[in-house]
Amino acid sequence: MPDELAIETIGLTKIYGRGNTEVVAMRDVSVKVRRGEVIALLGPSGSGKSTFLTAVGLINPPTSGQVRIGGMLVMDGPHAAVNLRSFRRQHIGYVFQKSNLIPFLSAIENVQIAMELNGMTSRAARTRAVELLDELGVGDRLDHSTAMLSGGQQQRVAVARALANHPGVILADEPTAALDSHRGRQVMELFRNVAREHGAGVIVVTHDQRTLEVFDAIYEMEDGVIHQLNISNPPHTSSRQKH
Amino acid sequence: MNLAIKDIRHNLGRFILTVLGIGMLLMIVMGMAGIYRGLLEDATLLINRIDADLWIVQKDTRGPFAEVSRVPTSLLYRVEAVPGIQSSREFVYHTIQRQHNGQPMRISVLGLSWPIDKGEWLPLTSGRALRQNHFEIVADKTLGLQLGEQIPLGKETYTVVGITSGMVSSGGDGMAFTTVRDSQAIQFDSSGESVRLERAARDSRGQKNELFLSQPALTEQLARPTSELPGITPPPLSAVIARVAPGADLQQVESIISSWGDVSVFSRAGQEELLVQGMVDKAKRQLGMFRVLLTIIAAIIMALILYTLTLDKIHSIALLKLIGAPNHVILGLILQQALLLGGLGYGIAWVVGQKLFPHFPRRVVLTNDDLIQLAVIVCVISLLSSLLGIWKAMRVNPNDALMG
Repeated sequence: MPDELAIETIGLTKIYGRGNTEVVAMRDVSVKVRRGEVIALLGPSGSGKSTFLTAVGLINPPTSGQVRIGGMLVMDGPHAAVNLRSFRRQHIGYVFQKSNLIPFLSAIENVQIAMELNGMTSRAARTRAVELLDELGVGDRLDHSTAMLSGGQQQRVAVARALANHPGVILADEPTAALDSHRGRQVMELFRNVAREHGAGVIVVTHDQRTLEVFDAIYEMEDGVIHQLNISNPPHTSSRQKH
Repeated sequence: MNLAIKDIRHNLGRFILTVLGIGMLLMIVMGMAGIYRGLLEDATLLINRIDADLWIVQKDTRGPFAEVSRVPTSLLYRVEAVPGIQSSREFVYHTIQRQHNGQPMRISVLGLSWPIDKGEWLPLTSGRALRQNHFEIVADKTLGLQLGEQIPLGKETYTVVGITSGMVSSGGDGMAFTTVRDSQAIQFDSSGESVRLERAARDSRGQKNELFLSQPALTEQLARPTSELPGITPPPLSAVIARVAPGADLQQVESIISSWGDVSVFSRAGQEELLVQGMVDKAKRQLGMFRVLLTIIAAIIMALILYTLTLDKIHSIALLKLIGAPNHVILGLILQQALLLGGLGYGIAWVVGQKLFPHFPRRVVLTNDDLIQLAVIVCVISLLSSLLGIWKAMRVNPNDALMG
């Protein structure tokens, strides 16, 4: 299993606009993430990290290139090879910088809904949601509305939702931004455990230098181009390797 | 998990206020239909209650309800002599306006053909029918008169001996029932001064007439009451109504009377048609147009409300799409809210209408057919008005969930 690819992107390119207004947000990005592997993606604002993440997350189709998940071709250029919404529901978990919870649902319902949409019964979904939220330290806030949760608690609920369906791919954009260092490390370790235990491939966009040792590989994006960093060196002093 | 209910629960106060607003609007739409039905019932109520087969009125008029009709009292006996007529009655009908407790009171006075008709057929809620041929009156409760109350009409004072319910004219005025003679006395009442002036005018005309000049005793006759003068006809009736004997041919009887040169004849159905087509038709069309306009306005308002509700949820909808919610889940969220809004609004319209409509100045009659028709319309406008919201929701890109 470890050698199997969870995520593979081949020559992903995203171009916005045409002619004089053309902007290349992502250029020829090829990345491989194996099952059980957690990779970090660094880079300044506007470097193309979110474009890459949304392309892999089947939210924002690339202009060209391919996305393969679990060995299956899912995007071929801008064309979907599968039902994207159904595929996202079953195989991908998302955690974003802002917690992105549904405001009219309670904490536990936000986790439950992801599983119910995937066909799980309400009772089973609730049981698993309780387990996940307990594990993430928000088990005492199950029926609280999202507005009554702190930023960190909201983020942990979002993490629980991302993990709910045992996804093969987890995509996280600054998941620890709203968390203290202890919780931040806890979440990163949780991602690593999920990756190890369930064979998921995890891509985390982060600026948090304190948690980099958790990752199996570190990539950096700059001007739409991706580089793999030498993991033994800190990012700001690292020598860049062209992937 | 029912997302529509969860969202409503989250914004319960706003949803309740919205439902109340829609409910009030639908109540007006419901009321419009009820007012129309009330008009129709009021217009035909008297004809149905009186239960006459033929209405004989002044030639070429559409009386006695649609326009003024005057027929001589002798017509009663001519009608009774027609083969196939079982019975005939005098009918006097007119509307007056008087002050009562400082307020204007419009009364549609109907004369009962005493002693054949004492008003036993009236829907009395208290008191009794007429027991004497003068100075008693049965009044509808809409007039606000009390049992035993005495009201001056013309030169006489009448005692209210019975109160009816739901007896109003096609114009919505409460009805009062007295004998034909009293009804005529009220209708043709003249002040003392006008009587004196009329006598003086008669005397003046006599002075210019050779016959009266040659026979002075005749001039003295001119000063006597009108009812004692052979040359002056008694007060006319509004109509004569007749029942046809069982087994007699109604059309044949009608055609016999129609052949007379001084009257027109209407069957019960014809009289109903006159009222509905002539008097209620414009009101019906006007109410119908208001109803259509209000329904359209309700649909537009519902569409805007649902669109706004959808806009408020646009981030959540994008997020639902991001985590893979199929379209039917999002459609269900909007449609269920639309139907709940319409359904609860309809319920409120009905409940509030039941309390309010009885206090309306005109009768509001809610029929099952109208209620079912409005329920279907509400259902359809709920679905149609959610289309704008659905269109917006379907265009939402899951990427929008990441835009904050």
